[in-house]
Amino acid sequence: MNKQMTAGDVVAQLKSGMTIGIGGWGPRRKPMALVREIIRSDLKDLTIVAYGGPEIGMLWAAGKMKKVIYGFVSLDAIPQEPYYRKARQAGAIDVVELDEGMLTWGLRAAGMRLPFLPTRVGLGTDVMTYNPDFKTITSPYADGEVLLAMPALNLDVALIHVNRSDKLGNTQIDGPDPYFDDQFARAAEKCYVSTEELVDRMDLAHPDTAKQNLFERYLVTGVVHAPFGAHPTSFPPDYGWDMDHLKKYAASAAEEDGWAKYVAEYIAGGEDAYLEKAGGAERVKNLKLPVF
Amino acid sequence: MSQSTDFSLAELIVTAASEAWRNNGEVLASGAGGPLTRLGASLAKMTHSPELLMTDSEAYLVEEPIPLGPRGDYKPKFSGALPFSRVFDCVWRGKRHAMTGPVQIDRWGQTNLSCIGDFRHPKIQQLGVRGLPGNTINHMNSMWVANHSTRVFVEGEVDMVGGVGYNKKRWPAHVKQDYVDLRLIVTNLSVLDFEGPDHAIQVRSLHPGVTFEEVQAATGFPLLKSASIKETAHPTEEQLGIIRRLDPHNIRAAMLKDNPPGIRAA
Repeated sequence: MNKQMTAGDVVAQLKSGMTIGIGGWGPRRKPMALVREIIRSDLKDLTIVAYGGPEIGMLWAAGKMKKVIYGFVSLDAIPQEPYYRKARQAGAIDVVELDEGMLTWGLRAAGMRLPFLPTRVGLGTDVMTYNPDFKTITSPYADGEVLLAMPALNLDVALIHVNRSDKLGNTQIDGPDPYFDDQFARAAEKCYVSTEELVDRMDLAHPDTAKQNLFERYLVTGVVHAPFGAHPTSFPPDYGWDMDHLKKYAASAAEEDGWAKYVAEYIAGGEDAYLEKAGGAERVKNLKLPVF
Repeated sequence: MSQSTDFSLAELIVTAASEAWRNNGEVLASGAGGPLTRLGASLAKMTHSPELLMTDSEAYLVEEPIPLGPRGDYKPKFSGALPFSRVFDCVWRGKRHAMTGPVQIDRWGQTNLSCIGDFRHPKIQQLGVRGLPGNTINHMNSMWVANHSTRVFVEGEVDMVGGVGYNKKRWPAHVKQDYVDLRLIVTNLSVLDFEGPDHAIQVRSLHPGVTFEEVQAATGFPLLKSASIKETAHPTEEQLGIIRRLDPHNIRAAMLKDNPPGIRAA
């Protein structure tokens, strides 16, 4: 029942060409330690499904991603994700651009093992034009309404960063918005979580916050202890996003060999070195939460 | 209520934007097109439409709209929860009026927030369709345009239709259009609405000193003139006081180039 593993163990279970869902929202609570471990690996040709933030630009820049399925890609205070914009404007990436609600609907269909869920959302727009495989369905009831049959977004793997987990895979998320992480977990064959705090047994360590548990442990295949694993994205209520770091990352997209330099400086040396380069635990712990 | 003559264009726009949410009932008011739209929604709730629902722009409902920017000692008081998943519940139930800031709008009210140029190989990548498809087919929508120009109000269709409008060619048979409800377009020059024949866009009011001809020249398609066209209402002293309290750091002053006055110099 002990699901603890390392980020390296998680990546060893991934295969090139897989469809991987990534939790969080824009530059908020992204499983960045796991993303960085993918960047250090030989994986390629991944399809990424996300409410996209810096992981999208990074995985593209690192040559890991052939396709991305998203509702948006943004760093909030930096509206355009720099590498993603570069990829798009070079016509260098295969995309499925969805309404944010269609994305959650596709995950829900997958989580319920349905082929699709009906919705009006997307009809009348170019989301249909650029996704010609999306079909409509006619209501079998008296109304006869034509609806979009939003296809299930079946994930091979979901990656999620949580506030705490036990070794059995019981997780808790404290942030005011859980985003759609529960649905990513449900839509996936296997879900790996990285966690700020790892305990042996949640029922013994944190029974009073059980309501923060959003999905069952049978969904969780592996648990990685990764303190500050969301950096440079925000991790409410513990630490905010690192906008100085994100600005530097964004600027690198316009520099010659900018990505190679970013990787060499921050990613190549592993997570301990990463945290030091990011200013150390004290600095990250004190990053202010964004005010919206 | 006394009318003020000393106000900025941004303050006039906030006041005009707030009108979008008048008589909407108990719906979620989302000023989702940046600070001026958020101030507009907040002003609506604090004046003519206290029944509106509003969030802290993150995940909680509030009854007192939250000031823009750093909050100092101000502590938001939460009346309920509204994480993104419940925002979608509001959207799909039709209980919302959002004002967004699209990069292109066409004569049918279709909107684009995705890219400029061919979607398959865009000249400029923007954010993505985000929530436009779901918003526009489900609930009331208005728009904010900071730079009223033919680049935004395009001649043909927008480059990537994210938000639906009243273009008949876009609607297959038996798709329900009943919930499409486009309201106002507030710009730096004027306020437009969709109350012309077949939802044609018409000029509803002109900001002080702006002519219809000027608005038409900045629009890539023919505009109608509302039968009741008038000057955009000036903010009252009461409204200006509320705007200042809601925006203590004067973020609104940076929203339009050179922060022009509300009444153009003659």
